[in-house]
Formats: sequence, C-alpha cells, structure tokens
Amino acid sequence: MLGLFLVYPAYYTIRLSFYQSDYLFNFTHWVGIDNFKNLLTNDPDFLDLSHFPPSGALVNNLRWIIFYISLSLFFGLGLAVLAVRVRYERIVKSVTFVPMAISATAVGIIWLFVYSPDINQGVLNAILHAFGHNPIAWLGRDDTVNYALIFAYIWASTGFVMVVLSAAIKGIPTEILEAARADGASEWAIFWRIMVPMLSLPISIVTIWLFINVVKVFDIIYVMTGGGPGTTSRVIAFTMYYETFPNLRPGYGAAVAVIMLILVLPVMVVNVRRFRSERVVT
Amino acid sequence: MAIYQQTVALPARSRSERIVRFITRTPLHIVLIAIALVWLVPTFGLAITSFRPNSDILSTGWWTGLTHWNWTLHNYGTVIHAQGMGRAWVNSLIITIPATLLPLTLGALAAFGFAWVAFPFRDTIFLLIVALMIIPIQTSLVPLLKLFRQWHLSTPHFGIGAFAFVGIWLAHTAFGLPLAIFLLRNFFITLPKDLIEAARMDGASNMEVFRRIVLPLSVPALASFGIFQFLWVWNDLLMALIFLSGEPTRQPMTVRIPYLLSTYGPEYHLLSAASFLLMFLPLVVFFALQRYFVQGLLAGSVKT
Repeated sequence: MLGLFLVYPAYYTIRLSFYQSDYLFNFTHWVGIDNFKNLLTNDPDFLDLSHFPPSGALVNNLRWIIFYISLSLFFGLGLAVLAVRVRYERIVKSVTFVPMAISATAVGIIWLFVYSPDINQGVLNAILHAFGHNPIAWLGRDDTVNYALIFAYIWASTGFVMVVLSAAIKGIPTEILEAARADGASEWAIFWRIMVPMLSLPISIVTIWLFINVVKVFDIIYVMTGGGPGTTSRVIAFTMYYETFPNLRPGYGAAVAVIMLILVLPVMVVNVRRFRSERVVT
Repeated sequence: MAIYQQTVALPARSRSERIVRFITRTPLHIVLIAIALVWLVPTFGLAITSFRPNSDILSTGWWTGLTHWNWTLHNYGTVIHAQGMGRAWVNSLIITIPATLLPLTLGALAAFGFAWVAFPFRDTIFLLIVALMIIPIQTSLVPLLKLFRQWHLSTPHFGIGAFAFVGIWLAHTAFGLPLAIFLLRNFFITLPKDLIEAARMDGASNMEVFRRIVLPLSVPALASFGIFQFLWVWNDLLMALIFLSGEPTRQPMTVRIPYLLSTYGPEYHLLSAASFLLMFLPLVVFFALQRYFVQGLLAGSVKT
C-alpha cells in the first residue's frame, strides 16, 4: 500500500517533470529538462535574480526558511526558559499551545482579521491609529506581505517548539544547574553554556520538523493572500498547486514538486542515519 | 539579564526583600504576559466578532463589544443554513472518522509485526518507512488523482454517496501510516518481552498476542496517534482541495471557508462564525486528550 501511494507516485511525478502534460496528466510530450530550465531561468514568478533583492517563489521560500525557523525557535525556547520561572507557567503554555489544534485555514482567517486595514476591524491597525499612525495594508504591500504571513505561521507553530523544549529543559538534572549557580555562573552563562548544549538534540529535531513544515507551507498562503498581491507572496508549494491545477500545466508543476523533493532529501538521509545509530546504541 | 538572576534567590524573608524581588522580576512578568496576550488576542477577537451583529462589526471594533453587549447567534445560523457550512461540517466528519480509524488499525497491526514478529528484511523495510515519512504530499497529488479517476474512487457508486470519499480516505491513510508505524512500533518494543513470550509458550497465536496483550497495554500510544491523525485530517486543506474539487456538496469546511472568502470578500460576520465551527471540535478533542497529545509529540520528536 505504501508502495502504491508513496513510492509509485513519486516515480510518476519525477517522470512527469520531464514531459509536457495535459489536464488528464498524461505524458503527452517529452521535453527533457526544459521544465526545470524554464523554472530556474525564465520564470520571474519562481526565481528572478535580475534585480536586487531577488524575488520569486523560491526566494520567498528561502525567506520563510530563515525567519520562520529562527523566530519559532526564538519564541519557543524563550517561552520554555522563562515560563518555568513563574507560577502561572501552565496558563502561559496552554495559551501558546492552543494554535496547534487550529487548522491553518482558521489561522488564516484569524490573522486576516488582525491585519485588516480597516481600523474598526483589524486590531493591529487600530493600535497604530491610537498612536496617530496611518493604517497599513499589511497583506496588500509587496514589502510587508511575506513577513505578515510568516508571523502568522510562527504564531501557529511556537507552541510545538515550546512544549518539546520545555520537556527537555525539565529533563536537565537540577544538580548541574545548582552546581553552576553555586560556582557563581550568571544565568546568562548557564543558558548559553549549559542549557543550549544540553538541548542540542531536541533543538536539532525541532529544527528539522520546522524545516519540513516550511518547505511544504501552502494552506495559510492560499487562504490569506492567494499568492498575491500579484505573485509576490507565492512559495514553492503554492506554485506547484497553481501550475498543476488552476493553470493546467501538470508537467511544469511536477518539476516544482521534484524541486521540493530535492529540498527535503537531505533531511531524509539525516533521519535514517540518526535512527540507525540510535539502534546500535540500544 | 537581571531577570534570570532573581530566580535562584531563596524565598524573600523581610518585606523590603520581597519588594525588591517583585520589582526585579517585573520585566519577566511583562514579557510573559505580553506574549500570552499576542497568542490569545487574535483568536479571542475573532470569537467575539462571531457573536456580533454585522452592522456592529462594520461600524466598531470587536473590542467595543466587550463593553457594549449586543450579542447574537444569528451569524452561526446564517453560516450553517444559508452558506451550507452545516453540510460541510458533516463532510469534515465523514472524511475524518474513517481516515483516522483506518491508519490507526493498519498502523497498529504493521507496527506489531515490526516489533514482535520476525520476518526477512524487517529492519531494512522499517528504515524505508522512516525515510518515507517526509516525502512531501505534493509529489503524490497528481498521480493519485489520476489513479482515483481511473479506479472511480472519487465518484458515488451504487447510489451511495460515501463512495466518493474512498479516494481521500485512502490517501490520508497512506500519508498517516508511516508515522503510525513509527510511533507505535517504538512504543510496542518497550513492552515487557517476558509477557509476550509467556503468552506464546501458552500457545497464543500472533493475533491473540496482539489483541489480548499488546492492544490493552498500548492505549496511550494509540490515543496519541489517533489525536494526531484526527487533527491532521480535520485540519487538512490541500488534499481535500485536490481530491474533492468540483464537488461543492462533498467538500469539508477547510475548503468551503476560503471559498466563502473569495465569493464575498472579507465578510467577517460569516468568516468568524464559520472559523469557529471549524475550530470547535478539534479544540474539544485537544483539551480532553491533551495529555496523550503531548506524550505522542514527545515520543515522535524527542526520544523519551
């Protein structure tokens, strides 16, 4: 069954990426690597290096990878470290964890509402207005749209990072922390010299999870902007969907899917390696 | 970072010490409360909005609804009846229940095989499954859609509408299985070996061992995968969008809500109510079974 649903389709998609195809997904016309060549050199919506900063779906995805991963880790780790120090830890953790259960569709609507340029609807612009600033159409401007989307998705993922890292922090033996404190280490030094090294494994696992998540990001963009304004907020997964279905170029879309597969391949290797080595130990 | 230093301090004894401690810890509280607000307010705002009449939504911000109570259930009525979200909600359920139970059953059986039944290339096949876990769905969409069309797995048969869902059930099952096998196998191998061998000595078959010993002992692991899969399928947009396209009467809520948005623009009285219909069930499941969810999360990501 797995062969039929996962392996065979991957083979089919790879083959399709070398063809021009029709809406029935037949292999109509062999085009060799033209799909890839077009994507990488001749499709400004996918990759445009002709001006600075470069643009296109691939560049946007890179932006997602950098900001989404680093900020999710920053908020998640920060919360995990700070929340253990207060009595209302459970409440703070629950509040940040709830978005894990919310569909990306609903997250999209929630943040669409927050970003609304109408000061009687969008809470963000209402705050700006209260400080005498003009409202900003966060999702309607080329320079803000990607960051607005990324933040909404970070909002949805931080809970996961926080829960995993918080469990790992509680697994650090308290004697180590107390010994360091007794030796006069500052809390800042304890964080960087003891906690971060001891958390390196869970941090790397969370990073991998975030990476896979961000390469596949689609729902929230589909709901909030549809790739717009224009094509400025497209990412790889969105281009794949757009080219294959509304635009009816499945061969071209397949080439995009293959690029996604190539991006996650190193992760696959890392995972298998890690699993192997773990089994040797046990 | 004065915030950090204070936490080691022993409980303050005198009154002045307590005041100093309170003041130095204030930044910590401010940061945490600010974060909690950022995570709470967006959802809360939409929740309030869903209970406000449309004329109020258009003229004043939801925060004024906190002091000027004028709440109504009218938006929910409109969305459920006139906008077909009631139907979509039922569709979500029709898709989700089999797409959760199927991988759970198959996954448990397969995981039992990988954990306790010897067969050739067992470990190699298991490694392959670990590798398959991260294949992006996107590489499978087109071939599967073609396959389902050829096999007529996305149209009703014999007058039974549920047949149209077979395709998406199978697709969700296939994508859920690797994780199911991985999580459950890792749990099963921690079960006491003596117990299983003793049962085999008494002549129990593999199926009996599975049913009488492994399943009853594995309820937490089964529950945690069940919740994962339930949330994943219920919240899925992409697969429903592809496999149930062109069939508005069969689409789940995740597909209908963006449709609502593209038809009417940002009409928040409709969107907010629809979003809360969508969020309601997963939140209930989530809060009721949060313990299992967290356990599964930690088992799947960090080895405990």
